[in-house]
Amino acid sequence: MNFEIIELGGIIRPMIYFNNVTKKYKDSSSLEDISFSITEGEFVSIVGHSGAGKTTLAKLILAEERPTSGTIFFESTDIHKLSTKDLIKFRRKIGVVFQDFRLLPNRTAYENIAFAMEAVGKEDEEIMQDVPHVLELVDLASKAFHFPHQLSGGEKQRLAIARAIITQPEIIIADEPTGNLDPMNTNEVVNILKKINDLGTTVILTTHNRGVIDQIKKRVITLENGRVVRDDKDGKYML
Amino acid sequence: MIFIYLRRVIRSGYHNFIRSGFTSIASVLIMTITLFVITSLIFIQASLNASLNDIKERVDVTVYFIPGAEVDEISEIKSSLEKLPEIREVYYTSEDEALKNFKERHSNDFLTLQALEELDENPLGASLNIKAEDPSQYESISKYIENDGTLSKGALTIIDKIDYRQNKIVIDRLNSIITGAQRLGFVVSLVLILISIIITFNTIKLIIYMSKEEINVMRLVGAGNRYVQGPFIVSGILVGVVASLLTVILFIPISIWLGNQMTDFLSLNLYTYYKANFFQLFVIMLASGMLIGGISSSLAIVRYLKK
Repeated sequence: MNFEIIELGGIIRPMIYFNNVTKKYKDSSSLEDISFSITEGEFVSIVGHSGAGKTTLAKLILAEERPTSGTIFFESTDIHKLSTKDLIKFRRKIGVVFQDFRLLPNRTAYENIAFAMEAVGKEDEEIMQDVPHVLELVDLASKAFHFPHQLSGGEKQRLAIARAIITQPEIIIADEPTGNLDPMNTNEVVNILKKINDLGTTVILTTHNRGVIDQIKKRVITLENGRVVRDDKDGKYML
Repeated sequence: MIFIYLRRVIRSGYHNFIRSGFTSIASVLIMTITLFVITSLIFIQASLNASLNDIKERVDVTVYFIPGAEVDEISEIKSSLEKLPEIREVYYTSEDEALKNFKERHSNDFLTLQALEELDENPLGASLNIKAEDPSQYESISKYIENDGTLSKGALTIIDKIDYRQNKIVIDRLNSIITGAQRLGFVVSLVLILISIIITFNTIKLIIYMSKEEINVMRLVGAGNRYVQGPFIVSGILVGVVASLLTVILFIPISIWLGNQMTDFLSLNLYTYYKANFFQLFVIMLASGMLIGGISSSLAIVRYLKK
């Protein structure tokens, strides 16, 4: 089934496996017959023009949408066959970062991150220990008690990343995380994501930003009109 | 576990309320209006009740005796009347007292006083002023007095006139107006309160709808339904608490003014009434506010999450 893994020695586990996935919306087709797999610890960038299907892909992985045909596996489970309870557990293994940040506006940076932990039922002591750590990691320690509207775009995204990683997910999906940021902030965010990946988390990033791809220099899957047209181990931005 | 959850939800709801600034103020204002309406209606009912009692007080039957009637006979009549259960009190005014009162009433009317001087004797007779337990009984009391033999032998010979028939129409009319006003007032109260609650509910619903993005983010991050709903319900209750405090404070100057200016019209000094019943009224306002706020929020958020 998956010859790649056998090639690489068979020790590395496939984490996410798309098997002939198609997603149609009403009259248009968003994704057509997509197949690929992502192994644990990889950093994969998915590129394509706007409308190529990148965000749809992210939604499918999160099980926010169902594929019209085909299956998506997480480890060895079909994610669209999960019960509601298991779905919640599954989603807790994934941290998500969006282009529009999606922070809670009435809470401070600290509280935004703490909320993610409260939502999964962590104890106060654990929260008080972990949150400052993660704020340090994204270099927002000095702004712990600022509100989102008091932060710059780059800081907001770093906060969103901090929230995404606080529950120690196995995968981070970043959907156009640098879309609303200037080049310097883009740089910072990408660096943080690389740092997170170095620590062992699988990162899936979607983007149409050339600079980002060239900075990362890792695997790139290129989508065009809903199909995978390239899958490069040492990706270069080629559209 | 429950305590941690409760603490987090309450803290979250409190922060939401405080930090939402403008929208919280809007909710509090609407809720204050609702509570204001409820309390006003309580006051109006109290006033109507007082007016009814007032009428009962003012309504009476007066039996005028012919001048020169025997005091003993009048006393006899007075005692037998007092024995009747329908009669609350009987006041006796002697001939001399009647004359004195007359002179006082007409102290500025020189012509009348002069005319009085011309007369040798006191033209006025004694009178008995009868107050009944209930205005509806005056008819029967009046009939009782007019009936020769039931009061005392020869009573009718000394009775000049009974001043009830003339007032009857007015008394009956007033009675029915006030009773009608009470009933109408009750129905109007219910309708107004219902309308206010509906408006408050819709306002809170709109505000929760405005928090759409925030709710989505909370669910995205993995919060369960109760964790999302809780803070909103707490905010709703807080709106009720703050609104009730505002209403209580608002009514202080209002009741003072009404107490000063409108006591005659309302048959009631509202300021005194407010002070006397302050605690009960505050509890009613607080409970109403918390109930309406809490229930509105929970209905709104639960329906929203079902979609």
